[in-house]
Amino acid sequence: MSRELTRPLPRTWWLKKTSYLRFMIRELTSLAVFAYALLLIVALWSAGGDPSFSTFYDFLNSPVSVSLHVVVLGLALYHTGTWIALTPKVMVLWRDDEQVDPDVIAGVTAILFLLVTGGVLWLTLA
Amino acid sequence: MSDHAILEVHRYLPDEEAEPRFQSYEITYKDQWVVLDALNHIKAEIDPTLSFRWSCRMGICGSCGMMVNGEPKLTCETFIRDYDTDTIKVEPLTHFPVVRDLVINMEDFMEKLPSVSPWLIPAEDKPLEDGEYRQTPAQVAHYQRFSMCINCMLCYSACPVYGLDSTFTGPAALALAQRYNLDSRDDGHGDRADVVTAHEGIWECTYVGECTEVCPKGVDPAGAIQMLKLSYALDWAKSLVMPRGGRK
Repeated sequence: MSRELTRPLPRTWWLKKTSYLRFMIRELTSLAVFAYALLLIVALWSAGGDPSFSTFYDFLNSPVSVSLHVVVLGLALYHTGTWIALTPKVMVLWRDDEQVDPDVIAGVTAILFLLVTGGVLWLTLA
Repeated sequence: MSDHAILEVHRYLPDEEAEPRFQSYEITYKDQWVVLDALNHIKAEIDPTLSFRWSCRMGICGSCGMMVNGEPKLTCETFIRDYDTDTIKVEPLTHFPVVRDLVINMEDFMEKLPSVSPWLIPAEDKPLEDGEYRQTPAQVAHYQRFSMCINCMLCYSACPVYGLDSTFTGPAALALAQRYNLDSRDDGHGDRADVVTAHEGIWECTYVGECTEVCPKGVDPAGAIQMLKLSYALDWAKSLVMPRGGRK
């Protein structure tokens, strides 16, 4: 029997197509979300003791921290956008004999996201 | 109207040469030519040793899938005139072993397809005299999109997960599982669970989404797999709440 040619995927496969690159960025944004979750845990932890909290509070107000927050916010929004775009793929709804327009499902999800985010902001900033 | 193009074709002749190579063929093509026409022209007029698969020439049989300029395409519906470049690179579908030139070994795919039990598994068999299992047009609409697959394997070629780990059941086979799960005449959701929810099944999919992009029939395997994830995750959650079973 003849030899068959196998062609393993190179490590740089994700650089070959913009869609693959977008996928890798989406996956990496979860690291930013994870890092921010850790930050919140540290915030809660340090909230217990007054001296440690003021040190932490000073760090949060530093330009480095504010810049990091802006970057993480951007990545988190991109992450959220990909989930909203995924929703109509997972939730295929039917109304009588008609499939509900996927854009409507994504739109409603986006509105719900904005409402909940607004609610949380109102609760925390008010 | 006719024009010139160069086809850079992947050649692999394991009985004669140790390594694969690209061979350039200069052709004069007509406006209505697809890449498959050019390959057939090369085989008939220039180089009879070139090997490739094809059959229907009308986007139905799914045999002529190849990489055209790095994208998985059905070559019977890929027009040469649509390419701006003079050179068009034709390679065998990626992620599959190559037998010769543009011919891949599809054995793995052929084993995976039946693994998801892609046939109707009714709740109970009716005697023949009771007639057919009937459906309304709306019930057909629920699964129709996922039933349009022609097994061309472009989705496997576009899927980096399958490229990295060929044990992955893959887009077409899983979409086919969902096609039957959504069928009102079928009750095989539970029977398919072992294969579909195995490590090599739905959970290996990281939703790159390219399978849907390259599908020539608009099947949306990526969507089907995400629906399967939700459906079997709900089953799992229900089994926690109702250990004695609450599924229909």
